[in-house]
Amino acid sequence: MPFGNTHNQLKLKFSSADEYPDLSKHNNHMAKVLTPDMYERLRSKQTPSGFTLDDVIQTGVDNPGHPFIMTVGCVAGDEETYDVFSELLDPIIEDRHGGYKPTDKHKTDIEASNLKGGDDLDSNYVLSSRVRTGRSIRGFCLPPHCSRGERRAVETLSIEALASLSGDLNGKYYALKNMTDAEQQQLIDDHFLFDKPVSPLLLASGMARDWPDARGIWHNDNKTFLVWVNEEDHLRVISMQKGGNMKEVFNRFCTGLTKIESLFKERGHAFMWNEHLGYVLTCPSNLGTGLRAGVHVKLPNMSKHAKFEEVLKRLRLQKRGTGGVDTAAVGGVFDISNADRLGFSEVELVQMVVDGIKLLVEMEKRLEKGESVEDLIPAQK
Amino acid sequence: MASSFSRILSSKRHIGFLSLVGGSVTAGFLLHREHVSAGTPVRRSYPASAEYPDLRKHNNCMASNLTPAIYAKLCDKATPNGYTLDQAIQTGVDNPGHPFIKTVGMVAGDEESYEVFADLLDPIIKERHNGYDPHTMRHPTDLDASKIHSGQFDERYVLSSRVRTGRSIRGLSLPPACTRAERREVERVVVDALAGLKDDLTGKYYSLTQLTEKEQQQLIDDHFLFDKPVSPLLTCAGMARDWPDARGIWHNNEKTFLIWINEEDHTRVISMEKGGNMKRVFDRFCRGLKEVERLIQERGWEFMWNERLGYVLTCPSNLGTGLRAGVHVKLPLLSKDPRFSKILDHLRLQKRGTGGVDTAAVGGVFDISNLDRLGHSEVQLVQTVIDGVNYLIECEKRLERGQDFKVPPPLKQFK
Repeated sequence: MPFGNTHNQLKLKFSSADEYPDLSKHNNHMAKVLTPDMYERLRSKQTPSGFTLDDVIQTGVDNPGHPFIMTVGCVAGDEETYDVFSELLDPIIEDRHGGYKPTDKHKTDIEASNLKGGDDLDSNYVLSSRVRTGRSIRGFCLPPHCSRGERRAVETLSIEALASLSGDLNGKYYALKNMTDAEQQQLIDDHFLFDKPVSPLLLASGMARDWPDARGIWHNDNKTFLVWVNEEDHLRVISMQKGGNMKEVFNRFCTGLTKIESLFKERGHAFMWNEHLGYVLTCPSNLGTGLRAGVHVKLPNMSKHAKFEEVLKRLRLQKRGTGGVDTAAVGGVFDISNADRLGFSEVELVQMVVDGIKLLVEMEKRLEKGESVEDLIPAQK
Repeated sequence: MASSFSRILSSKRHIGFLSLVGGSVTAGFLLHREHVSAGTPVRRSYPASAEYPDLRKHNNCMASNLTPAIYAKLCDKATPNGYTLDQAIQTGVDNPGHPFIKTVGMVAGDEESYEVFADLLDPIIKERHNGYDPHTMRHPTDLDASKIHSGQFDERYVLSSRVRTGRSIRGLSLPPACTRAERREVERVVVDALAGLKDDLTGKYYSLTQLTEKEQQQLIDDHFLFDKPVSPLLTCAGMARDWPDARGIWHNNEKTFLIWINEEDHTRVISMEKGGNMKRVFDRFCRGLKEVERLIQERGWEFMWNERLGYVLTCPSNLGTGLRAGVHVKLPLLSKDPRFSKILDHLRLQKRGTGGVDTAAVGGVFDISNLDRLGHSEVQLVQTVIDGVNYLIECEKRLERGQDFKVPPPLKQFK
């Protein structure tokens, strides 16, 4: 339970077997890994801020999962969660991130000039380009566990840092609780506004507590660089624009992130990062780069091809509908993005997207002309 | 199995038995305010002023009563089980409320919450329960159904009669705070006791985790099945955790006595039947409750109760009797009269639609029940409903005959 440290002491009076959750109908990463023995070993532990095993797994206990989609089923309440509960989280990370081992090192690379090409994706097909990631501020608890005081401190720090951005990144902060109707409508029209989470996956972890206190949206005047404060993570950073110039999007993404990081450092705060897990975020699925680079792309023919899913898999890409995760594609337009987060650098992931989209568009053009695409089917990356 | 619990309870149980002998000087000793110590203080990095919730857009009892000073005083305290103020008020912070309906905005995580957080809960109780002051007043408990008179309604108007309440098992945390082991223990204790019920109360338990499709459909058809709460008022308080583990429904073979286990309270006890025989419904209610109490006492347990707050339940609005006695009654003419709300108010009754709270009335049929819970006994409240509903039916009949009726004077309130 959030910040009720002494509650865990009560549980220890009962046997581990009596406390062990019923996971017989569950299908998520947590349920696959947790055993009664592991539960017994970990249940007396807590992080320095008081986050416990039951806090980590509550969302996975409350949401048995979907027969086809494998959710993670746990969250971190602070940076130390990944250490204190590594016995549970390491195998989950390994399973979720393609075999990533506890001894592996993650490479961070946000040097935008390392990206080859990406400025010439065909805008007849690629409608928009976007790169997002998350950042956590070291020393503060994460959204499932933070107190109101901590969350407000994260907001205050963020507002101060973002206010120092200038030039192309000059912008303004909109606190969710002070928004005027006009501002709210504008943010909705710009597709920037985020709302209180409704997904039980998020609600069960406690990250929607005290909504909308200390939540807000910052964006630059050009509406191409956007920061969400205190939604699922401390910060979600988004660079986006219409058309297919992913290189420009990624340039701005890297410049902005680097600038924000130095502004926080100037104020005595670092981002949560280590050389094993990369950037540390609330959900284990977002570790490493936390990066999702994607496009909205028209693939009405390719998407009906029998090998579409296989091609995506080989390119290490995933498809979503244009409303984001768990939505349907409309009019043959798909959201295509990198499937990986950890074990590849930011540049490597965006490169995969750029190269993969180029190939998919080429295949789409072939199919439009009634030609075969067999020779274009890629090998597994 | 019971050993870990007997350790926790041994000190309380003996004292608790004394409190059941009503009127004794030692009654209430356990929960006399000065004797309940808070648990280990909560570790906090920020001052109370930085943690104080933003309640400017809120309209619930918690928001009306939680001053920065009270917050500062209580925010570092925890009950012996480790339940904190922030946990207790979370539902009220997350649900600002409705401009017209004033929700409570706070829950108890255990029996001691009502003591440790008394500085906030007492004024909330006073506001919600019409001036009832736990410091100076005593709540009367009376489950002697023989005292009820005129308890048979005109069945041309009253379609069904129902009485419900809740009971909490002393020594185990309440649904917002309970651990999985505690919740399972509540289930074991209650199911074990219910197996001892006999005659017209003989029945069967249906665990939510093990329902067959057929059983589930039957329970739905009987209008008995409860589902995972969707109301954010409840989910934000944490009472839906681990659903459906250790939740279930027990009912007697005659389908007139029903117990919900581990929904919003440890137990919800319901007596109901078609028609207007409220006396029989209340008689079964009292018999059943007393028998269940006897059966759990045989096994060394007891209900949470004290003379200041009566029966202790999760929501402060259900303290005292926790009792809602109601009928589904046809009042198509009266309900359209502009004086309808006033009459209900004077009779200390409330109306709901036939789907329960927050639903609309269908075909002029209303759910009419008592407004009050605390400060009046069960017998008094049920009699109030009986007298009130009889009066409403009289008004309806007069309107049918083209006659007018009088608005009754307001029933006396304590002050």
